[in-house]
Amino acid sequence: MVAIADSVPKPASRFRFILDRRDVLGSLMVAPAILYVLLLVGVPFLMAVYYSVSAYTIYDPSWRFVGLANFEQIIENPVFLQTLTNTFIFTFGSQTLGLVLGKFGALVLLRPFPGRKFVRALIILPWAVPIALATVAWQWMFDSLYSVINWTLIALGFIDRSQAPNWLGNPDLAMLSVIVVNAWRFFPFAVVIFLAGITAIPQDVLDAATVDGAGFWRRNYQIIVPMILPIMAIGLIFGIVFTFTDLSIVFLMTMGGPVGATSVLGFAGFQTGIVSGDVSHGAAISLFMLPVLLVVVIFMLRFIRRREI
Amino acid sequence: MAAVITRDIIKKFGEVPAVNGISLTVPNGEFMVLLGPSGCGKTTFLRIICGLEKQTSGDLLIGGDIVNDMPPRARGVAMMFQSYGLYPHFTVRNNIAFPLKTQGVSRAEIDKKVEWASQLLGIGHLLDRRPRQLSGGERQRVALARALVREPTALLLDEPLSNLDAKLRASARLEIKQFQQRVGITTIYVTHDQVEAMGMGDRIAVIDGGRVRQVGTPTEIYDDPADRFVATFVGTPPMNIVAMNGGYIGFRPENFLPKDMINGEASTEFKFRVDRSEYLGSERIVYGAMEGFDPKQVITAKLPPAHVADEWIRPGEWHPFAVRNSVLCQFDKDGKRARRH
Repeated sequence: MVAIADSVPKPASRFRFILDRRDVLGSLMVAPAILYVLLLVGVPFLMAVYYSVSAYTIYDPSWRFVGLANFEQIIENPVFLQTLTNTFIFTFGSQTLGLVLGKFGALVLLRPFPGRKFVRALIILPWAVPIALATVAWQWMFDSLYSVINWTLIALGFIDRSQAPNWLGNPDLAMLSVIVVNAWRFFPFAVVIFLAGITAIPQDVLDAATVDGAGFWRRNYQIIVPMILPIMAIGLIFGIVFTFTDLSIVFLMTMGGPVGATSVLGFAGFQTGIVSGDVSHGAAISLFMLPVLLVVVIFMLRFIRRREI
Repeated sequence: MAAVITRDIIKKFGEVPAVNGISLTVPNGEFMVLLGPSGCGKTTFLRIICGLEKQTSGDLLIGGDIVNDMPPRARGVAMMFQSYGLYPHFTVRNNIAFPLKTQGVSRAEIDKKVEWASQLLGIGHLLDRRPRQLSGGERQRVALARALVREPTALLLDEPLSNLDAKLRASARLEIKQFQQRVGITTIYVTHDQVEAMGMGDRIAVIDGGRVRQVGTPTEIYDDPADRFVATFVGTPPMNIVAMNGGYIGFRPENFLPKDMINGEASTEFKFRVDRSEYLGSERIVYGAMEGFDPKQVITAKLPPAHVADEWIRPGEWHPFAVRNSVLCQFDKDGKRARRH
C-alpha cells in the first residue's frame, strides 16, 4: 500500500514559502535591473538636463540657471548645424548600406554549402572585433600614403598614382569612409536579424510561393521581406539608436575632421563638454539626440504594431 | 487537367534513397491517395511531382509531356500544404490572387477568377480578412481556393486535414471528395491516415520504404493485400498474421469469429483463448492467443457486441473460433502474397 497523507503539513514559519510568491520573487529579480537603470542612466540623464540649462563649466562650477540660452547659442552656430546634418547623413548612410549588405549576407548563409560555418564566423567577425582595433586597421587602409585600397586600385589600373584619393583628407570621402566602416561594423548584426527573420518563415509558405509561380525576386520582395518587416524594424531601431549616438568610429578615425566634415553629435558633445570643459554646452548638444531618437522610436514601434502578423 | 505519370522515380539524399523507384500512373480526373507511414517517402514524391525537389533519376510526365527539367511554375500543378502555407501578410483575396498575379493575368480577369474560386468554396464573405483571423476549416478552404484558382493541371494535397480537429476532419473529408468529383481534377493526396485513404481514394498507392507496395481500389487494398505490410498497415485493428506451413496466413479481426457464427461454409478452425476484451459500443474487440501458435502473439477478434455477453468472455478459457477459407490470406515466407485457392 502507498501511504497517503491525511493533511498538508503546517510550514514551520509563515515566511518559509515567501519566495514562492510570484509578486515577491518577481520584484526581487527585477530590482537590480531597475536600480541599475535608475542610477547609471536616469541620474546622469537628469544631470545632463540640468547642466544644459545652467552655466556650469569645469572652470566655473556654479549651477547658475540660464534657461535656454545654451540651446540658442548652439543653434546659431553653423558648425553645430553642420554636425547635426553630418549625424543624419552618417546614420542614414551606414544603416542603408548595412541593411543591403545584411540581406546579401543572409542570402549567402541561408543555403548550406561547404565551408558555411567558416564563412559564418568570418561574417560575424566585424562585430566581435573591438572597434578600436578594427578602426586602426581601417585607418591604414585609408591612409594617405600607404592606403591598401589605393594601392589595389592603382595596381588594377583603375586610377593613376597622381590621382590617388586622400580618403580621410577630403571632406566627402572622409564621410564616405566613416560610413563604410560603420556599415561594416553594423552589417553582421543585420545578417543575424535577417537570418532570424527568414528562418522563422514557415517552409510551407515559401514552398507555396514557389509552386504558385513566384520567382526569386517576387518571392523575396513580396513574401519574405514583408514577412520579416517587423523584425527588420526592430533591428533598424537598434541600428539607428546606436549609430546616432556613436562617437567611437569618428573619434578614432578622423577626430571629426577634416574641418568638421565628419563631426557628429556624440563627438561634438564629448569635445565641447569633456575635452573643452564647457559642460553646459556639451550637455545641450547631446540632448539634441533625444527628440530625434524619441521620434524615431515612437514611429518604429507604431509601425511594428500595425504590421504585426 | 491532365494525367500524371512517373517512371521509376528515384530520389536520394546523400546515399539514402527517400524514393526508391516509384512508377505510378494517375489517369486524368482520378483521385489517387498515397498512403504510408511517416518517413516512407510519400511527401518527397509529391514534392518531386510539383517540382520543389528534383528527382535523382526517372521521368515525370504531366499531360503526356516530360517535365523533368521544368521549374514548378511551368508545370501548372497546384499544391496544398499541410499547414496550408497561406501568406500571413496578404488578405484572403490577395492570397487567392497570388498565383494569377505571378502569371501576369489582367486585373479584371483576376477579380473574376477570385470571385469564381471563392464562390466555389463558399468563402466569399472572408475575402478581406487575413489568414490569422480565420478558423482552421476556413484556412483550409482558402488554401484550396488558392490552389484551384488558376485551373491547374493537377492538384496535389499533402496531409491537408492533419491540422483540423477530429470532427471537422470527417466533414472536410467528404467535402474535398465531393468537390474533387464536381471539378473532376486529377488529384494526388498524401496521407498516413488509412480512414482518409479508404474513404476518399478512387485508388490507393500504399508506400513503404520509398517503394509502392500495392496500387488498387480501397476494396482491393483491404480484401486482397499484396503483402504483409499492406495487410497490417490498413485496417484497425490490423490483420492477424501467424506463421503456418513455412509461410504465413492472415485474417482480419472481423473475420475471426466464434465457430457457431459460421454457417457451414468451408472454414479453418482454431482454438482461441480470450485474455481481455474492449467494449466499444458498436463492436467488441477481443484479445487473446491461439492454441498451437506463439502464445505471446496477440490475436484480435472483432465481434458484434450483442453476440457475446460479458460472462462468456472468461479469461483463460478456450473457445472454438474459425475463419472462412474465402477470406483467408496466404503469404509466402518473404511476406509476399501467395495466390488464394
